Amino acid sequence: MATSKVTTASFDAEVLKSTTPVLVDFWAEWCGPCRAVGPILEEISDEYGSKIKIVKLNTDEESAIAIKYGITSIPSMYVFVNGEVVKQMVGAKPKPALLKELESFLV
Amino acid sequence: MSEVRNVVIVGSGPAGYTAAIYAARAQLDPIIYEGSVTAGGALMNTTEVENFPGFTDGVMGPDLMDSMRKQAKRFGAELVTDDIVEMDLSGDVKVLKDGSGNTVKAKSVILATGSAYREIGLVNEKRLSGHGVSWCATCDGFFFRGQTIAVVGGGDSAVEEATFLTRFAEKVVLIHRRSELRASKIMAERAKNNPKIEFLWNTEVIDVLGADKVEGLKLRNTVDGTESEQAFTGLFVAIGHIPRSELLLGQITLDNEGYVICEDRSTRTNLKGVFACGDLVDHTYRQAITAAGSGCAAALDAEKFLSH
Repeated sequence: MATSKVTTASFDAEVLKSTTPVLVDFWAEWCGPCRAVGPILEEISDEYGSKIKIVKLNTDEESAIAIKYGITSIPSMYVFVNGEVVKQMVGAKPKPALLKELESFLV
Repeated sequence: MSEVRNVVIVGSGPAGYTAAIYAARAQLDPIIYEGSVTAGGALMNTTEVENFPGFTDGVMGPDLMDSMRKQAKRFGAELVTDDIVEMDLSGDVKVLKDGSGNTVKAKSVILATGSAYREIGLVNEKRLSGHGVSWCATCDGFFFRGQTIAVVGGGDSAVEEATFLTRFAEKVVLIHRRSELRASKIMAERAKNNPKIEFLWNTEVIDVLGADKVEGLKLRNTVDGTESEQAFTGLFVAIGHIPRSELLLGQITLDNEGYVICEDRSTRTNLKGVFACGDLVDHTYRQAITAAGSGCAAALDAEKFLSH
């Protein structure tokens, strides 16, 4: 399943009220490492979409949410379970490293 | 996969791509592992490069790397957007494993893995990374609009970051442990003339303060040892780089800082058929153009090695 875009308006329904864990990728067009990690997140979403939902939040367009969660570096990848942030990852990582970090959500 | 390639290039900054261009034109059919998240190397996180010859009006770092990549591809280099995670370089046939678990074998290897950001080494620097501590001004400057932030370092990258950050920040304080900058004169002058940049000379950062986000820094004067605290909402660390040579430990001769040691003026390492170039070998110059030059030399050295 491809990743989807999340906005300030859809954040509550898509992320906070989701019944599966959600990884929110805070990113922007002008951020090189964000563009590098983008295709890796697509692959993970394709392979593990039933276990974890991956959504992308553009920090340029949706700055209210980025500010709310205190984002100061991108890419930042936060995992939400039952509306709470349970894991924070900062910076682009290779796929094996990301999968290892996300291990507990993928079983 | 039992095919043995002529040459595998590991890493993809100006050194790796230039090696790929030369090796491809020498019909060595090179394969280059660009890195899964580091493709293009350090220049991907820069803005304008003003000193790369041939670009009268400057060129954006990512655009320059994209052009080199396309040039390598045009001559038939095989580009792989993955990491090399294991290498056995000792035999006549070198065996490398990528991040997806594939193995590639080759008669020669060109190492161009570059360098990573150096950290100050403070516990709270790591803890607050992503919460006000950053290593990438072009990625994160945006989040510090109207704020007072610090840049630590005194070289070209620190001065470039400080200058770039004035687009967003209200004030940028450049903290340097010496009394003058190491940066090139033109960049230093530009920073000194920028009304948004202030300098804290002879000062080092000894702690990063804040519970959930950066609120300030604890500083020490390197001359008289006095300590002080100052409020900042962000800290950009630009104190240089460390060579990415961890996969080479125990195989390739490194100096005590981790740089690969090459024979005389060549790119030959202590192992036959293994060549090294770019920031991985260079303490001294560390420029895009010197990296590209050494990548060219590595491809020529590999070509010569393969013809014997």
